[in-house]
Amino acid sequence: MKVLVAVKRVIDYNVKVRVKSDNTDVDLANVKMALNPFCEIAVEEAVRLKEAGTADEVVVVSIGSKSCEEQLRTALALGADRAIRIDTADSPDSLSVAKLLAKVVEAEQPGMVILGKQAIDSDNNQTGQMLAALLDRPQGTFASAVKVDGDKLQVTREVDGGLQTVELAMPAIVTTDLRLNEPRYASLPNIMKAKRKPLDVKTADELGVTVGSNISLLKVENPPQRQAGIKVGSVDELVEKLKNEAKVI
Amino acid sequence: MSILVIAEHDNLELKPATLNTVAAARQIGGEITLLVAGANCQAVADAAAKVDGVAKVLLADNAAYEHQLAENISKLVLSVASGYSHILAGATTTAKNILPRVAALLDVNQISEIIAVESPDTFKRSIYAGNAIATVQSTDAVKVMTVRATAFDAAAAGNGSATIEAVSENCDAGTSTFIAEELAKSDRPELTAASVVISGGRGMGNGENFAMLEKVADKLGAAVGASRAAVDAGFVPNDMQVGQTGKMVAPELYIAVGISGAIQHLAGMKDSKVIVAINKDEEAPIFQVADYGLVADLFEVVPELEQKL
Ligand SMILES: Cc1cc2nc3c(=O)[nH]c(=O)nc-3n(C[C@H](O)[C@H](O)[C@H](O)COP(=O)(O)OP(=O)(O)OC[C@H]3O[C@@H](n4cnc5c(N)ncnc54)[C@H](O)[C@@H]3O)c2cc1C
Ligand SMILES: Nc1ncnc2c1ncn2[C@@H]1O[C@H](COP(=O)(O)O)[C@@H](O)[C@H]1O
Repeated sequence: MKVLVAVKRVIDYNVKVRVKSDNTDVDLANVKMALNPFCEIAVEEAVRLKEAGTADEVVVVSIGSKSCEEQLRTALALGADRAIRIDTADSPDSLSVAKLLAKVVEAEQPGMVILGKQAIDSDNNQTGQMLAALLDRPQGTFASAVKVDGDKLQVTREVDGGLQTVELAMPAIVTTDLRLNEPRYASLPNIMKAKRKPLDVKTADELGVTVGSNISLLKVENPPQRQAGIKVGSVDELVEKLKNEAKVI
Repeated sequence: MSILVIAEHDNLELKPATLNTVAAARQIGGEITLLVAGANCQAVADAAAKVDGVAKVLLADNAAYEHQLAENISKLVLSVASGYSHILAGATTTAKNILPRVAALLDVNQISEIIAVESPDTFKRSIYAGNAIATVQSTDAVKVMTVRATAFDAAAAGNGSATIEAVSENCDAGTSTFIAEELAKSDRPELTAASVVISGGRGMGNGENFAMLEKVADKLGAAVGASRAAVDAGFVPNDMQVGQTGKMVAPELYIAVGISGAIQHLAGMKDSKVIVAINKDEEAPIFQVADYGLVADLFEVVPELEQKL
Protein backbone atom coordinates (compact mmCIF):
# COMPACT_ATOMS: atom_id res chain seq x y z
CA MET A 1 0.00 0.00 0.00
CA LYS A 2 1.11 3.50 -0.81
CA VAL A 3 0.55 6.28 1.74
CA LEU A 4 0.27 9.88 0.63
CA VAL A 5 0.95 12.62 3.19
CA ALA A 6 0.12 16.31 2.67
CA VAL A 7 2.42 18.72 4.48
CA LYS A 8 2.26 22.47 4.92
CA ARG A 9 4.98 25.03 5.58
CA VAL A 10 3.87 27.31 8.41
CA ILE A 11 5.30 29.66 11.00
CA ASP A 12 7.21 27.80 13.74
CA TYR A 13 4.83 27.13 16.62
CA ASN A 14 7.14 28.83 19.12
CA VAL A 15 7.02 32.15 17.29
CA LYS A 16 4.47 34.73 18.36
CA VAL A 17 3.32 36.30 15.14
CA ARG A 18 2.97 40.06 14.75
CA VAL A 19 0.28 41.94 12.90
CA LYS A 20 1.59 44.40 10.28
CA SER A 21 1.10 48.01 11.21
CA ASP A 22 -1.03 48.65 8.10
CA ASN A 23 -3.37 45.82 9.19
CA THR A 24 -3.17 44.04 5.84
CA ASP A 25 -1.84 40.75 7.19
CA VAL A 26 0.59 39.28 9.70
CA ASP A 27 4.29 39.90 9.22
CA LEU A 28 6.10 36.77 8.04
CA ALA A 29 9.32 38.49 6.95
CA ASN A 30 12.35 36.87 8.61
CA VAL A 31 10.16 34.65 10.73
CA LYS A 32 11.24 31.08 11.44
CA MET A 33 9.19 28.63 9.37
CA ALA A 34 8.66 24.93 10.00
CA LEU A 35 6.66 21.86 9.13
CA ASN A 36 3.17 22.22 10.58
CA PRO A 37 3.26 20.13 13.81
CA PHE A 38 0.21 18.10 12.78
CA CYS A 39 1.86 17.33 9.42
CA GLU A 40 4.97 16.15 11.21
CA ILE A 41 2.76 13.70 13.09
CA ALA A 42 1.21 12.65 9.75
CA VAL A 43 4.65 11.91 8.25
CA GLU A 44 5.66 9.98 11.37
CA GLU A 45 2.53 7.83 11.20
CA ALA A 46 3.12 7.01 7.53
CA VAL A 47 6.75 6.12 8.17
CA ARG A 48 5.71 3.85 11.05
CA LEU A 49 3.22 2.11 8.77
CA LYS A 50 6.08 1.49 6.37
CA GLU A 51 8.37 0.24 9.12
CA ALA A 52 5.62 -2.12 10.24
CA GLY A 53 5.38 -3.52 6.71
CA THR A 54 1.83 -2.21 6.24
CA ALA A 55 2.87 0.44 3.73
CA ASP A 56 5.48 0.07 1.04
CA GLU A 57 5.90 3.66 -0.09
CA VAL A 58 5.44 7.06 1.55
CA VAL A 59 4.92 10.04 -0.78
CA VAL A 60 4.77 13.57 0.61
CA VAL A 61 3.16 16.48 -1.18
CA SER A 62 3.14 20.18 -0.48
CA ILE A 63 1.41 22.98 -2.32
CA GLY A 64 3.05 26.38 -2.49
CA SER A 65 6.09 28.26 -3.72
CA LYS A 66 9.63 26.89 -3.91
CA SER A 67 10.27 27.66 -0.24
CA CYS A 68 8.08 24.76 0.87
CA GLU A 69 10.63 22.35 -0.61
CA GLU A 70 12.51 22.93 2.64
CA GLN A 71 9.65 21.25 4.52
CA LEU A 72 9.42 18.49 1.91
CA ARG A 73 13.13 17.76 2.53
CA THR A 74 12.40 17.62 6.25
CA ALA A 75 9.67 15.06 5.58
CA LEU A 76 12.09 13.06 3.39
CA ALA A 77 14.64 13.15 6.21
CA LEU A 78 12.00 11.78 8.56
CA GLY A 79 11.61 8.77 6.27
CA ALA A 80 9.33 9.61 3.34
CA ASP A 81 10.48 8.10 0.03
CA ARG A 82 9.71 10.83 -2.47
CA ALA A 83 8.15 14.26 -2.66
CA ILE A 84 5.90 16.27 -4.94
CA ARG A 85 5.53 20.03 -4.88
CA ILE A 86 2.69 21.68 -6.67
CA ASP A 87 3.77 25.14 -7.59
CA THR A 88 1.34 27.91 -6.60
CA ALA A 89 1.57 31.21 -4.82
CA ASP A 90 1.87 30.80 -1.04
CA SER A 91 -1.20 30.05 1.03
CA PRO A 92 -3.72 28.87 -1.55
CA ASP A 93 -7.15 28.44 0.02
CA SER A 94 -8.26 25.08 1.41
CA LEU A 95 -10.67 24.23 -1.39
CA SER A 96 -7.95 24.73 -4.02
CA VAL A 97 -5.52 22.66 -1.95
CA ALA A 98 -8.12 19.90 -1.65
CA LYS A 99 -8.78 19.97 -5.41
CA LEU A 100 -5.06 19.75 -6.18
CA LEU A 101 -4.60 16.94 -3.66
CA ALA A 102 -7.54 15.10 -5.23
CA LYS A 103 -5.69 15.18 -8.58
CA VAL A 104 -2.54 13.81 -6.95
CA VAL A 105 -4.60 11.04 -5.34
CA GLU A 106 -6.10 10.13 -8.72
CA ALA A 107 -2.63 9.85 -10.20
CA GLU A 108 -0.92 8.09 -7.27
CA GLN A 109 -3.77 5.84 -6.08
CA PRO A 110 -2.69 5.62 -2.41
CA GLY A 111 -4.50 3.33 0.01
CA MET A 112 -4.47 6.05 2.61
CA VAL A 113 -3.97 9.81 2.67
CA ILE A 114 -2.82 11.42 5.91
CA LEU A 115 -3.11 15.16 6.59
CA GLY A 116 -2.79 17.28 9.70
CA LYS A 117 -6.08 18.12 11.39
CA GLN A 118 -5.25 21.80 11.32
CA ALA A 119 -2.65 24.17 9.96
CA ILE A 120 -1.51 26.30 12.89
CA ASP A 121 -1.44 29.49 10.77
CA SER A 122 -4.95 29.58 9.32
CA ASP A 123 -6.40 27.33 12.05
CA ASN A 124 -8.86 26.17 9.38
CA ASN A 125 -9.23 22.49 10.13
CA GLN A 126 -10.94 21.64 6.85
CA THR A 127 -8.64 20.46 4.04
CA GLY A 128 -8.71 16.73 4.85
CA GLN A 129 -12.49 16.67 5.11
CA MET A 130 -12.78 18.56 1.80
CA LEU A 131 -10.42 16.15 0.08
CA ALA A 132 -12.44 13.19 1.37
CA ALA A 133 -15.65 14.77 0.06
CA LEU A 134 -14.18 15.51 -3.39
CA LEU A 135 -12.99 11.90 -3.64
CA ASP A 136 -16.23 10.58 -2.14
CA ARG A 137 -14.14 8.58 0.34
CA PRO A 138 -14.57 8.11 4.11
CA GLN A 139 -12.53 10.05 6.66
CA GLY A 140 -11.10 9.51 10.11
CA THR A 141 -10.43 12.99 11.43
CA PHE A 142 -8.60 14.01 14.64
CA ALA A 143 -7.05 10.53 14.84
CA SER A 144 -5.31 9.35 18.00
CA ALA A 145 -4.92 5.74 16.78
CA VAL A 146 -4.94 4.16 13.32
CA LYS A 147 -5.05 0.44 12.58
CA VAL A 148 -5.11 -1.21 9.15
CA ASP A 149 -7.14 -4.41 9.10
CA GLY A 150 -7.20 -5.92 5.59
CA ASP A 151 -9.08 -3.48 3.38
CA LYS A 152 -10.54 -1.68 6.39
CA LEU A 153 -9.11 1.06 8.51
CA GLN A 154 -9.97 1.52 12.19
CA VAL A 155 -9.51 5.05 13.41
CA THR A 156 -9.89 6.25 17.00
CA ARG A 157 -10.91 9.91 16.97
CA GLU A 158 -10.56 12.60 19.63
CA VAL A 159 -14.04 14.10 19.99
CA ASP A 160 -15.46 16.67 22.41
CA GLY A 161 -16.88 14.03 24.74
CA GLY A 162 -13.92 11.63 24.67
CA LEU A 163 -12.97 9.07 22.03
CA GLN A 164 -14.87 7.57 19.11
CA THR A 165 -13.77 4.62 16.97
CA VAL A 166 -14.94 4.21 13.38
CA GLU A 167 -14.18 1.69 10.67
CA LEU A 168 -13.57 2.98 7.17
CA ALA A 169 -13.43 1.33 3.77
CA MET A 170 -10.05 2.01 2.17
CA PRO A 171 -8.84 4.11 0.46
CA ALA A 172 -9.53 6.49 3.33
CA ILE A 173 -8.47 9.94 4.48
CA VAL A 174 -7.01 10.43 7.95
CA THR A 175 -6.28 13.70 9.77
CA THR A 176 -3.94 13.60 12.75
CA ASP A 177 -4.47 14.79 16.31
CA LEU A 178 -1.62 15.51 18.68
CA ARG A 179 -1.55 12.21 20.50
CA LEU A 180 -1.36 9.93 17.45
CA ASN A 181 2.39 9.61 17.91
CA GLU A 182 5.49 11.48 18.93
CA PRO A 183 7.52 12.37 15.85
CA ARG A 184 11.17 11.39 15.74
CA TYR A 185 14.05 13.76 15.09
CA ALA A 186 15.75 13.50 11.74
CA SER A 187 19.27 12.14 12.09
CA LEU A 188 22.17 13.80 10.30
CA PRO A 189 22.75 10.86 7.91
CA ASN A 190 19.02 10.89 7.07
CA ILE A 191 19.12 14.63 6.42
CA MET A 192 22.01 14.01 4.00
CA LYS A 193 20.19 11.12 2.34
CA ALA A 194 17.04 13.23 1.96
CA LYS A 195 18.88 15.61 -0.34
CA ARG A 196 19.13 12.88 -2.95
CA LYS A 197 15.57 11.60 -2.73
CA PRO A 198 13.32 12.49 -5.71
CA LEU A 199 11.31 15.72 -5.57
CA ASP A 200 9.00 16.39 -8.52
CA VAL A 201 7.46 19.74 -9.27
CA LYS A 202 4.12 20.10 -11.02
CA THR A 203 1.99 23.12 -11.74
CA ALA A 204 -1.67 23.62 -10.94
CA ASP A 205 -2.25 24.11 -14.69
CA GLU A 206 -0.80 20.68 -15.47
CA LEU A 207 -3.28 19.21 -13.01
CA GLY A 208 -6.12 21.21 -14.53
CA VAL A 209 -7.04 23.08 -11.37
CA THR A 210 -7.63 26.81 -11.20
CA VAL A 211 -6.37 28.17 -7.91
CA GLY A 212 -8.46 31.03 -6.69
CA SER A 213 -10.75 31.96 -3.88
CA ASN A 214 -13.99 33.77 -3.26
CA ILE A 215 -12.81 34.71 0.19
CA SER A 216 -10.85 37.91 0.59
CA LEU A 217 -8.90 39.09 3.57
CA LEU A 218 -10.08 42.62 4.36
CA LYS A 219 -8.15 43.28 7.52
CA VAL A 220 -5.94 41.70 10.16
CA GLU A 221 -5.90 43.16 13.65
CA ASN A 222 -4.38 42.49 17.02
CA PRO A 223 -6.71 40.70 19.39
CA PRO A 224 -7.94 42.71 22.35
CA GLN A 225 -4.96 42.85 24.71
CA ARG A 226 -5.42 41.73 28.27
CA GLN A 227 -3.72 43.80 30.91
CA ALA A 228 -1.80 41.91 33.54
CA GLY A 229 -3.64 42.37 36.81
CA ILE A 230 -2.25 42.24 40.30
CA LYS A 231 -0.42 39.71 42.40
CA VAL A 232 -2.18 38.71 45.58
CA GLY A 233 -0.22 37.71 48.66
CA SER A 234 -2.41 34.99 50.10
CA VAL A 235 -5.39 32.72 49.52
CA ASP A 236 -7.45 34.96 51.83
CA GLU A 237 -6.72 37.97 49.69
CA LEU A 238 -7.57 36.01 46.54
CA VAL A 239 -10.92 34.87 47.89
CA GLU A 240 -11.71 38.38 49.11
CA LYS A 241 -10.93 39.90 45.70
CA LEU A 242 -12.94 37.29 43.83
CA LYS A 243 -15.91 37.92 46.11
CA ASN A 244 -15.89 41.66 46.52
CA GLU A 245 -13.95 43.11 43.61
CA ALA A 246 -14.49 40.75 40.68
CA LYS A 247 -17.76 39.42 42.11
CA VAL A 248 -17.39 36.09 40.34
CA ILE A 249 -17.85 33.76 43.32
CA MET B 1 -31.68 35.32 3.16
CA SER B 2 -32.37 32.00 4.73
CA ILE B 3 -30.05 30.17 7.05
CA LEU B 4 -29.69 26.50 7.78
CA VAL B 5 -28.26 25.69 11.21
CA ILE B 6 -27.17 22.14 11.94
CA ALA B 7 -28.16 21.17 15.47
CA GLU B 8 -25.63 19.62 17.83
CA HIS B 9 -27.17 16.86 19.96
CA ASP B 10 -26.76 13.32 21.25
CA ASN B 11 -30.18 12.05 20.06
CA LEU B 12 -31.60 12.90 23.50
CA GLU B 13 -30.80 16.55 24.15
CA LEU B 14 -30.07 19.64 22.13
CA LYS B 15 -26.53 20.81 23.04
CA PRO B 16 -25.89 24.41 24.13
CA ALA B 17 -23.56 25.13 21.17
CA THR B 18 -26.67 25.09 18.97
CA LEU B 19 -28.11 28.07 20.86
CA ASN B 20 -24.96 30.14 20.34
CA THR B 21 -25.00 29.24 16.67
CA VAL B 22 -28.62 30.34 16.34
CA ALA B 23 -27.59 33.62 17.97
CA ALA B 24 -24.94 34.10 15.27
CA ALA B 25 -27.53 33.25 12.61
CA ARG B 26 -29.87 35.89 14.02
CA GLN B 27 -27.12 38.48 13.68
CA ILE B 28 -26.78 37.57 10.01
CA GLY B 29 -30.54 37.97 9.67
CA GLY B 30 -33.12 35.99 7.71
CA GLU B 31 -35.27 32.95 8.26
CA ILE B 32 -33.63 30.27 10.35
CA THR B 33 -34.15 26.54 9.84
CA LEU B 34 -32.64 24.02 12.26
CA LEU B 35 -31.68 20.61 10.92
CA VAL B 36 -31.87 17.82 13.48
CA ALA B 37 -30.25 14.71 12.01
CA GLY B 38 -30.04 11.64 14.20
CA ALA B 39 -31.82 8.46 15.21
CA ASN B 40 -34.84 8.40 17.52
CA CYS B 41 -34.30 12.08 18.12
CA GLN B 42 -37.86 13.46 18.13
CA ALA B 43 -37.21 14.94 21.60
CA VAL B 44 -34.35 16.97 20.16
CA ALA B 45 -36.58 18.28 17.35
CA ASP B 46 -39.21 19.26 19.93
CA ALA B 47 -36.61 21.21 21.89
CA ALA B 48 -35.24 22.74 18.69
CA ALA B 49 -38.72 23.98 17.75
CA LYS B 50 -38.81 26.05 20.94
CA VAL B 51 -35.54 27.89 20.36
CA ASP B 52 -36.10 31.62 19.96
CA GLY B 53 -35.82 32.80 16.38
CA VAL B 54 -36.14 29.41 14.71
CA ALA B 55 -38.83 29.33 12.01
CA LYS B 56 -38.65 25.71 10.99
CA VAL B 57 -37.12 22.43 12.12
CA LEU B 58 -36.12 19.71 9.67
CA LEU B 59 -36.09 16.32 11.33
CA ALA B 60 -34.07 13.60 9.61
CA ASP B 61 -34.57 10.56 11.80
CA ASN B 62 -32.69 7.56 10.44
CA ALA B 63 -30.29 4.94 11.79
CA ALA B 64 -27.68 6.19 9.29
CA TYR B 65 -27.44 9.47 11.23
CA GLU B 66 -27.24 8.02 14.75
CA HIS B 67 -23.51 8.64 15.23
CA GLN B 68 -23.18 11.79 13.11
CA LEU B 69 -20.91 10.03 10.60
CA ALA B 70 -19.62 12.79 8.34
CA GLU B 71 -19.96 10.73 5.15
CA ASN B 72 -23.71 10.33 5.71
CA ILE B 73 -24.63 13.66 7.29
CA SER B 74 -22.78 15.70 4.66
CA LYS B 75 -24.82 13.98 1.93
CA LEU B 76 -28.00 14.68 3.86
CA VAL B 77 -27.12 18.36 4.30
CA LEU B 78 -26.36 18.61 0.59
CA SER B 79 -29.76 17.11 -0.21
CA VAL B 80 -31.58 19.84 1.74
CA ALA B 81 -29.13 22.69 1.05
CA SER B 82 -30.79 24.27 -1.93
CA GLY B 83 -32.19 27.73 -1.27
CA TYR B 84 -30.11 28.53 1.80
CA SER B 85 -27.70 31.46 1.69
CA HIS B 86 -25.82 30.35 4.81
CA ILE B 87 -25.15 26.97 6.43
CA LEU B 88 -23.93 27.17 10.03
CA ALA B 89 -22.97 24.86 12.85
CA GLY B 90 -21.24 25.28 16.19
CA ALA B 91 -17.48 24.70 16.07
CA THR B 92 -17.65 21.36 17.88
CA THR B 93 -15.68 18.28 16.84
CA THR B 94 -18.89 16.95 15.26
CA ALA B 95 -19.39 19.96 13.01
CA LYS B 96 -15.69 20.35 12.27
CA ASN B 97 -15.87 16.82 10.93
CA ILE B 98 -18.98 17.34 8.79
CA LEU B 99 -19.14 20.91 7.57
CA PRO B 100 -15.96 21.11 5.42
CA ARG B 101 -17.36 18.12 3.51
CA VAL B 102 -20.56 20.04 2.92
CA ALA B 103 -18.58 23.05 1.74
CA ALA B 104 -16.52 20.99 -0.72
CA LEU B 105 -19.64 19.31 -2.09
CA LEU B 106 -21.10 22.78 -2.68
CA ASP B 107 -17.79 23.90 -4.26
CA VAL B 108 -17.26 26.67 -1.70
CA ASN B 109 -14.79 27.32 1.09
CA GLN B 110 -15.67 27.00 4.72
CA ILE B 111 -15.16 29.96 7.02
CA SER B 112 -13.97 28.31 10.20
CA GLU B 113 -14.92 29.38 13.73
CA ILE B 114 -16.26 32.87 13.22
CA ILE B 115 -16.21 35.09 16.29
CA ALA B 116 -18.19 38.05 14.91
CA VAL B 117 -20.70 38.87 12.19
CA GLU B 118 -19.91 42.19 10.46
CA SER B 119 -22.49 41.80 7.69
CA PRO B 120 -24.12 38.86 5.89
CA ASP B 121 -20.93 38.28 3.90
CA THR B 122 -18.21 39.57 6.23
CA PHE B 123 -17.01 37.86 9.37
CA LYS B 124 -14.22 37.89 11.91
CA ARG B 125 -12.22 34.86 12.89
CA SER B 126 -9.11 34.26 14.88
CA ILE B 127 -5.93 32.98 13.21
CA TYR B 128 -2.42 32.05 14.41
CA ALA B 129 -3.61 30.68 17.75
CA GLY B 130 -5.59 33.81 18.47
CA ASN B 131 -2.61 36.12 17.95
CA ALA B 132 -4.42 37.89 15.13
CA ILE B 133 -8.03 38.52 14.20
CA ALA B 134 -8.86 38.39 10.49
CA THR B 135 -11.84 40.06 8.85
CA VAL B 136 -12.84 38.03 5.79
CA GLN B 137 -15.41 38.61 3.08
CA SER B 138 -16.94 35.82 1.06
CA THR B 139 -18.52 36.08 -2.37
CA ASP B 140 -19.34 32.38 -2.40
CA ALA B 141 -22.95 31.65 -3.32
CA VAL B 142 -23.45 29.81 -0.04
CA LYS B 143 -21.56 30.74 3.09
CA VAL B 144 -20.65 27.62 5.02
CA MET B 145 -19.36 28.47 8.48
CA THR B 146 -18.65 27.11 11.91
CA VAL B 147 -19.30 29.37 14.87
CA ARG B 148 -17.25 29.72 18.05
CA ALA B 149 -19.84 29.30 20.78
CA THR B 150 -18.09 31.47 23.35
CA ALA B 151 -18.24 34.49 21.04
CA PHE B 152 -22.05 34.64 20.86
CA ASP B 153 -24.57 34.82 23.71
CA ALA B 154 -26.93 31.88 23.54
CA ALA B 155 -30.41 32.30 22.04
CA ALA B 156 -33.20 31.59 24.53
CA ALA B 157 -34.23 27.97 24.56
CA GLY B 158 -37.89 28.08 25.37
CA ASN B 159 -40.40 30.45 23.76
CA GLY B 160 -40.49 29.62 20.07
CA SER B 161 -42.97 27.44 18.23
CA ALA B 162 -41.40 26.41 14.95
CA THR B 163 -42.99 23.83 12.68
CA ILE B 164 -41.30 20.43 12.41
CA GLU B 165 -40.97 18.88 8.98
CA ALA B 166 -39.70 15.36 8.40
CA VAL B 167 -36.93 14.70 5.88
CA SER B 168 -37.13 11.15 4.61
CA GLU B 169 -33.92 11.04 2.54
CA ASN B 170 -31.74 8.08 3.47
CA CYS B 171 -28.19 9.21 2.83
CA ASP B 172 -26.11 6.24 3.87
CA ALA B 173 -22.78 6.48 2.06
CA GLY B 174 -21.96 2.96 3.19
CA THR B 175 -18.23 3.64 3.55
CA SER B 176 -17.93 4.15 7.30
CA THR B 177 -19.21 2.34 10.37
CA PHE B 178 -19.39 3.41 13.98
CA ILE B 179 -17.57 0.90 16.20
CA ALA B 180 -17.39 2.29 19.72
CA GLU B 181 -17.14 5.36 21.86
CA GLU B 182 -15.63 6.08 25.23
CA LEU B 183 -17.27 9.16 26.60
CA ALA B 184 -16.10 10.77 29.79
CA LYS B 185 -18.85 10.78 32.40
CA SER B 186 -19.05 13.67 34.77
CA ASP B 187 -21.64 15.34 36.95
CA ARG B 188 -19.88 18.64 36.52
CA PRO B 189 -20.94 21.24 33.97
CA GLU B 190 -19.64 20.88 30.43
CA LEU B 191 -16.27 22.57 29.95
CA THR B 192 -17.33 24.88 27.13
CA ALA B 193 -20.55 25.96 28.84
CA ALA B 194 -19.40 26.26 32.48
CA SER B 195 -19.33 29.68 34.13
CA VAL B 196 -16.30 28.70 36.20
CA VAL B 197 -13.42 26.55 34.96
CA ILE B 198 -10.43 25.35 36.96
CA SER B 199 -7.61 23.82 34.91
CA GLY B 200 -4.47 21.99 35.86
CA GLY B 201 -1.18 21.71 34.02
CA ARG B 202 2.03 19.75 34.20
CA GLY B 203 2.62 21.26 37.63
CA MET B 204 -0.11 19.00 39.01
CA GLY B 205 2.46 16.20 38.92
CA ASN B 206 0.04 13.30 38.34
CA GLY B 207 -3.58 12.38 37.71
CA GLU B 208 -4.46 11.70 41.36
CA ASN B 209 -3.62 15.27 42.28
CA PHE B 210 -6.44 16.51 40.02
CA ALA B 211 -8.72 15.44 42.91
CA MET B 212 -7.65 18.70 44.59
CA LEU B 213 -9.03 20.67 41.65
CA GLU B 214 -12.21 18.60 41.62
CA LYS B 215 -12.88 19.52 45.23
CA VAL B 216 -12.57 23.21 44.42
CA ALA B 217 -14.72 22.65 41.33
CA ASP B 218 -17.44 21.05 43.42
CA LYS B 219 -17.59 24.10 45.68
CA LEU B 220 -17.76 26.52 42.75
CA GLY B 221 -19.93 24.48 40.43
CA ALA B 222 -17.01 24.54 38.05
CA ALA B 223 -15.81 22.36 35.20
CA VAL B 224 -12.27 20.95 35.28
CA GLY B 225 -9.92 21.49 32.35
CA ALA B 226 -6.26 20.85 31.58
CA SER B 227 -3.29 21.94 29.53
CA ARG B 228 -1.96 19.76 26.75
CA ALA B 229 1.06 18.85 28.83
CA ALA B 230 -1.25 17.39 31.50
CA VAL B 231 -3.16 15.43 28.86
CA ASP B 232 -0.02 14.20 27.11
CA ALA B 233 1.46 13.08 30.42
CA GLY B 234 -1.64 10.93 30.88
CA PHE B 235 -2.90 12.81 33.97
CA VAL B 236 -6.36 13.32 32.45
CA PRO B 237 -8.28 12.43 29.25
CA ASN B 238 -8.05 14.41 26.01
CA ASP B 239 -11.55 15.88 26.23
CA MET B 240 -10.30 18.15 29.03
CA GLN B 241 -7.70 19.95 26.91
CA VAL B 242 -8.17 23.71 26.64
CA GLY B 243 -6.35 25.59 23.88
CA GLN B 244 -5.72 26.29 20.22
CA THR B 245 -6.18 22.66 19.33
CA GLY B 246 -8.43 21.70 22.23
CA LYS B 247 -11.52 23.42 23.56
CA MET B 248 -12.26 27.13 23.57
CA VAL B 249 -13.63 28.37 26.88
CA ALA B 250 -14.66 31.83 28.05
CA PRO B 251 -16.13 31.46 31.54
CA GLU B 252 -16.75 34.21 34.08
CA LEU B 253 -13.84 32.82 36.07
CA TYR B 254 -10.89 30.74 34.85
CA ILE B 255 -8.40 29.40 37.38
CA ALA B 256 -5.11 28.13 35.91
CA VAL B 257 -3.15 25.94 38.30
CA GLY B 258 0.40 24.84 37.51
CA ILE B 259 0.05 26.03 33.91
CA SER B 260 2.84 28.13 32.38
CA GLY B 261 0.70 29.98 29.84
CA ALA B 262 2.00 28.89 26.39
CA ILE B 263 0.36 30.77 23.50
CA GLN B 264 -1.48 27.61 22.48
CA HIS B 265 -3.07 27.38 25.91
CA LEU B 266 -3.87 31.11 26.08
CA ALA B 267 -5.64 30.80 22.72
CA GLY B 268 -8.28 28.67 24.41
CA MET B 269 -8.97 30.73 27.53
CA LYS B 270 -7.88 34.34 27.22
CA ASP B 271 -11.41 35.54 26.52
CA SER B 272 -12.43 34.49 30.04
CA LYS B 273 -13.82 37.38 32.07
CA VAL B 274 -11.61 36.97 35.11
CA ILE B 275 -8.42 34.91 35.11
CA VAL B 276 -6.66 33.61 38.20
CA ALA B 277 -3.22 32.01 37.97
CA ILE B 278 -1.55 29.91 40.62
CA ASN B 279 2.06 29.16 39.78
CA LYS B 280 5.24 28.92 41.79
CA ASP B 281 7.27 30.64 39.07
CA GLU B 282 6.65 34.37 39.21
CA GLU B 283 8.01 34.74 35.67
CA ALA B 284 5.43 32.35 34.19
CA PRO B 285 3.76 33.99 31.15
CA ILE B 286 0.31 33.10 32.50
CA PHE B 287 0.69 36.05 34.90
CA GLN B 288 0.71 38.43 31.92
CA VAL B 289 -2.95 37.67 31.29
CA ALA B 290 -4.08 36.96 34.85
CA ASP B 291 -6.24 39.45 36.74
CA TYR B 292 -5.17 37.87 40.01
CA GLY B 293 -1.89 36.02 40.31
CA LEU B 294 -0.81 33.98 43.28
CA VAL B 295 2.86 33.00 43.30
CA ALA B 296 2.84 29.90 45.46
CA ASP B 297 3.19 26.14 45.60
CA LEU B 298 -0.10 24.77 44.36
CA PHE B 299 0.06 21.82 46.76
CA GLU B 300 -0.19 24.28 49.64
CA VAL B 301 -2.64 26.84 48.33
CA VAL B 302 -5.16 24.74 46.40
CA PRO B 303 -6.31 22.79 49.51
CA GLU B 304 -6.41 26.08 51.42
CA LEU B 305 -8.51 27.66 48.68
CA GLU B 306 -10.93 24.77 48.84
CA GLN B 307 -11.33 25.22 52.58
CA LYS B 308 -11.90 28.93 52.38
CA LEU B 309 -14.57 28.86 49.71
C1 LIG C 1 0.61 22.22 17.52
C2 LIG C 1 0.53 22.44 19.00
C3 LIG C 1 -0.71 22.60 19.57
C4 LIG C 1 -0.83 22.79 20.93
N1 LIG C 1 -2.08 22.92 21.46
C5 LIG C 1 -2.20 23.12 22.79
C6 LIG C 1 -3.50 23.29 23.39
O1 LIG C 1 -4.54 23.24 22.72
N2 LIG C 1 -3.56 23.49 24.73
C7 LIG C 1 -2.44 23.54 25.53
O2 LIG C 1 -2.59 23.72 26.75
N3 LIG C 1 -1.22 23.39 24.98
C8 LIG C 1 -1.08 23.16 23.65
N4 LIG C 1 0.18 22.98 23.13
C9 LIG C 1 1.32 22.82 24.06
C10 LIG C 1 1.89 24.12 24.58
O3 LIG C 1 2.84 24.62 23.65
C11 LIG C 1 2.59 23.89 25.94
O4 LIG C 1 3.57 22.90 25.79
C12 LIG C 1 1.64 23.43 27.06
O5 LIG C 1 0.50 24.28 27.11
C13 LIG C 1 2.36 23.46 28.39
O6 LIG C 1 1.52 22.95 29.41
P1 LIG C 1 1.76 23.35 30.93
O7 LIG C 1 1.66 24.82 31.09
O8 LIG C 1 0.86 22.50 31.76
O9 LIG C 1 3.23 22.80 31.20
P2 LIG C 1 4.58 23.62 31.48
O10 LIG C 1 4.84 24.61 30.42
O11 LIG C 1 5.60 22.60 31.77
O12 LIG C 1 4.26 24.44 32.80
C14 LIG C 1 4.10 23.87 34.06
C15 LIG C 1 3.96 25.03 35.04
O13 LIG C 1 3.65 24.52 36.32
C16 LIG C 1 4.35 25.29 37.30
N5 LIG C 1 4.49 24.45 38.48
C17 LIG C 1 5.18 23.28 38.59
N6 LIG C 1 5.07 22.79 39.85
C18 LIG C 1 4.30 23.67 40.55
C19 LIG C 1 3.83 23.72 41.89
N7 LIG C 1 4.13 22.76 42.77
N8 LIG C 1 3.09 24.78 42.26
C20 LIG C 1 2.79 25.77 41.38
N9 LIG C 1 3.19 25.76 40.09
C21 LIG C 1 3.94 24.73 39.68
C22 LIG C 1 5.67 25.63 36.63
O14 LIG C 1 6.23 26.80 37.21
C23 LIG C 1 5.25 25.85 35.19
O15 LIG C 1 4.95 27.20 34.91
C24 LIG C 1 0.32 22.82 21.75
C25 LIG C 1 1.58 22.68 21.17
C26 LIG C 1 1.69 22.48 19.81
C27 LIG C 1 3.04 22.32 19.20
N1 LIG D 1 -0.56 24.24 1.04
C1 LIG D 1 -0.68 22.99 1.51
N2 LIG D 1 0.11 22.00 1.02
C2 LIG D 1 0.00 20.73 1.48
N3 LIG D 1 -0.87 20.36 2.43
C3 LIG D 1 -1.68 21.30 2.95
C4 LIG D 1 -1.64 22.65 2.52
N4 LIG D 1 -2.57 23.33 3.22
C5 LIG D 1 -3.16 22.45 4.06
N5 LIG D 1 -2.63 21.22 3.89
C6 LIG D 1 -2.96 19.98 4.64
O1 LIG D 1 -4.21 20.14 5.28
C7 LIG D 1 -4.06 20.06 6.69
C8 LIG D 1 -5.10 20.94 7.37
O2 LIG D 1 -4.97 22.27 6.98
P1 LIG D 1 -6.13 23.36 7.19
O3 LIG D 1 -7.39 22.73 6.72
O4 LIG D 1 -5.69 24.53 6.36
O5 LIG D 1 -6.15 23.68 8.66
C9 LIG D 1 -2.61 20.42 6.94
O6 LIG D 1 -2.15 19.91 8.17
C10 LIG D 1 -1.95 19.74 5.74
O7 LIG D 1 -1.83 18.35 5.95
